[in-house]
Amino acid sequence: MVKKIFAQTYLWLLLLLLYSPIVIIIVYSFTESKVLGNWTGFSLGLYKSLFVNTENHSLIKALINTVTIALFASTVSTVLGSLAAIGLYDMKSRWRKIISMINSIPILNGDIIIGISLFLLFVSLGITQGYITVVLAHITFCTPYVVLCVLPRLKQMNQNTYEAALDLGATPLQALWKVIIPEIRPGMISGFILSLTLSIDDFAVTVFTIGNQGLETLSTYIYADARKGGLTPELRPLTTIIFLMVLVLLVIINFRIKSVKKKD
Amino acid sequence: MNRKFLLYASSRKSWALPYLIFAVIFVVVPLLLIIVYAFTNDGGHLTLENFEKFFKHQEAINTFIFSIGIAILTTLFCILLGYPAAWILSNSKLNRSKTLVILFILPMWVNILVRTLATVALFNFVSIPLGEGALIFGMVYNFIPFMIYPIYNTLQKMDRSYIDAAADLGANPMNVFLKVVLPLSMPGVMSGIMMVFMPTITTFAIAELLTLNNIKLFGTTIQENINNSMWNYGAALSLIMLLLIAATTLFNTKDNNGSNAGGGLW
Repeated sequence: MVKKIFAQTYLWLLLLLLYSPIVIIIVYSFTESKVLGNWTGFSLGLYKSLFVNTENHSLIKALINTVTIALFASTVSTVLGSLAAIGLYDMKSRWRKIISMINSIPILNGDIIIGISLFLLFVSLGITQGYITVVLAHITFCTPYVVLCVLPRLKQMNQNTYEAALDLGATPLQALWKVIIPEIRPGMISGFILSLTLSIDDFAVTVFTIGNQGLETLSTYIYADARKGGLTPELRPLTTIIFLMVLVLLVIINFRIKSVKKKD
Repeated sequence: MNRKFLLYASSRKSWALPYLIFAVIFVVVPLLLIIVYAFTNDGGHLTLENFEKFFKHQEAINTFIFSIGIAILTTLFCILLGYPAAWILSNSKLNRSKTLVILFILPMWVNILVRTLATVALFNFVSIPLGEGALIFGMVYNFIPFMIYPIYNTLQKMDRSYIDAAADLGANPMNVFLKVVLPLSMPGVMSGIMMVFMPTITTFAIAELLTLNNIKLFGTTIQENINNSMWNYGAALSLIMLLLIAATTLFNTKDNNGSNAGGGLW
């Protein structure tokens, strides 16, 4: 019993430590002081100025860029990665090994190497870096994760169903759409969500591929801000809103899974 | 020829072709470019001077060794703090433990730079000096979920009757842990090490923010060189880091006997 209480205390203490920075941000989003950690009385001023002030347009723009880049990159990654996984599964083992190896390179490499290698690619090809290069870079490091999410679903699938569909007169495209896709959909969805997360959170790859045309994502905006010596106060309410949105989303998903399980 | 092509195009193998082409352009070629840039100078001539520069540059070498040290310490603390957490999580009831695991992963949804800056505020709040200690502490903060999750995964799948068997056969709790639980959870620990050690060794920005520019890690050195248009030297430094990554990966797969026994995070 004592052991159990000790174990639980440890767990909650660790969680408390993990969450304390986030709690600080949330708490200090309700005060107007410029510096984080300085309480000047309760106020919703920062929330207001986040959406109303024209000064914060660059912040909102950075947010929009972050979200659209993530959506583009994740969508392309999901299509590209799922097709690759299907093809990969059908290959002879030698080719499968080679492609799996190439696929694991971006996962192992670390952001900074991906960023620099792509930077060198764009520079040597003479491509001006901007929105498109960032999207391409994000596709590069997201797709491998989609492949890894989809492959296990393919392994679980009964291979004969695809052949059966072809025998019964379906074209390969129809068979893909009606037989394979429904089977691997959960893997595709988790690959898509994972890609979104990775893309939104990315800083190192983005900073090397974003160029100097004035394009900003949330990460580069925050980095530039921090170098200037301090966080734009409006980032606090923005972070709070994003965090709470994710929290609510997770709770909803959790409840849905539970209610689906109950129905079964 | 034409028939052969049509046959190929209609087979499922060809569906991997778009990604293969994409990966060659955006993964393989860029890596080769790092090598090319590392072994040439501004004029495009073959040379080893970039590496000579590194080995003569005491500050760069110090930063390199310091970064490895920080990464090793961070990984160690993540194991020491994360393993018990994973063990406790795997012992609680399935539904509850799943919710708790989500709680551990959730902070990763807050932008890593914002989280780091908030950590700095926290340190200021309880007046912890922003030095090496704070740096390691902040890194552990950022990366411990990556350690807990894979270890939790392997412990979850472990057959618990082994523990009872070992205890019945007279092993004390210490021996049960060292001879049964730990070896069985090694794949999880290994992928945890990969998921923590790699990012910490390649990280930049986080260290600067955590220590208010007092401490520089190797990633920052690389970035500074690239930013200052010293692409060849920067590429050489990247190649050195790449070799370190390759060495760690090889070490890891050898220990795993090439099997990925369900430890992976994703």
